[in-house]
Order: sequence, then structure tokens, then C-alpha cells
Amino acid sequence: MKNRLKVLRAERDWTQAQLAHELEVSRQTVNAIEKGKFDPSLPLAFKVARLFGLRIEEIFQYDGES
Amino acid sequence: MNPSSTDTAGWAERNKHNTKRLAVWTGAWLVTMAVAVFGPQLVWESNPTLTLLALAANLIVGAGMILANKTHLQGLDELQQRIQLEAMALALGVGLVLGLAYSTADITNLIPFDAEISHLVMLLGLTYLVGVFLGRRKYQ
Repeated sequence: MKNRLKVLRAERDWTQAQLAHELEVSRQTVNAIEKGKFDPSLPLAFKVARLFGLRIEEIFQYDGES
Repeated sequence: MNPSSTDTAGWAERNKHNTKRLAVWTGAWLVTMAVAVFGPQLVWESNPTLTLLALAANLIVGAGMILANKTHLQGLDELQQRIQLEAMALALGVGLVLGLAYSTADITNLIPFDAEISHLVMLLGLTYLVGVFLGRRKYQ
């Protein structure tokens, strides 16, 4: 699954640690999601979408690989 | 705009608290284990009542440690939980396969010494640590 998390975070000038703090996850988890190594659960994806004020599909795109 | 930092400070703090709590319970369990093992040999010279009490204390504190571990795991985020799950699966699998092979080697006198349960515990612990290390690297 592809995602725009890194871009959205950079647009807001947030660090991974700040984003992790907001999502109540570890910085490693934010990093793994940004790099596409870990796909978040649906509740976490909703939390990300709500935080950025976007719809889930505007952040995460299924590419059929993972 | 920076995200607010006041209302979400709880998660990391809660995790730290859970980890410390688990460490305290594990330490206490080790102490009660040492008392139960060495007490009859070195302190009260095989008094069965005291040995039974020491063993009961070990079991009760062990139950507390299990609950503290459960709370700790539930407090982790989903990636951390996955890393823990994969590490525990590896430890269980390796422990089961090698543990039984080791036991069989003892029963069939393939090895010249007794297969001790402590060896299995060490194997489980080391395999779990390797599993956590590999998991952390995998998702880096």
C-alpha cells in the first residue's frame, strides 16, 4: 500500500516524533508506515485521516502488492 | 502549525509506566524464585511448610507478572505488538522443536548429561530477544 504520509507531514513541518505523539504510536511505527513497510490498521488509518482532515483514500492508496 | 502536545502525552508515559511495572513484577518473581530454590538449601533446611509458602509466594507473584506482561503488551501500538507476536512465535516454535529434540537426545542417551528445564528457558529467552531484534530491524 502506498501513502502520502511523509508529504503531508512535511507540508505541516511536523517531525515523525510529533506525528507519532499525535497518533499515540511510536516513532518507529510512523517511520515504517511512511516507508511502506507496515500497513496501518483501519482504526489507525482513520485516525491519520482525521488528523490531516482528509479522507483515507486521499492518504492511502492500494497498489495490490502488499 | 504544530500538533498539540498536551492531551496526547499519555500514551508514551503510560507505556513507560507499564514497562517499569513489568520490570518490577519480573524482578519480584525472580526474587521469590530464588527464595523458593535456595531457601530450603541454605536458610530453613528443608522445612516443608516454609518451602510450600515460598512456592505459593512464587506462584502468586508469577501471576502478577503475567498480568503485568499482558497489560504491557496491550499498551503497545500495533507495530510493536506485531514485532512482539513474531518474536514470541519464533521463541515458541524454536523452543518446542529444539526443546523436544533436546529431551529426546537425553532420553535416548545421545547426550551424556541431563536435559534441564533451565536450558529450555534460556533458549526461549535468547530466541525471543533475537526475534525482537530482527523485528525491529525489519520495520526500520
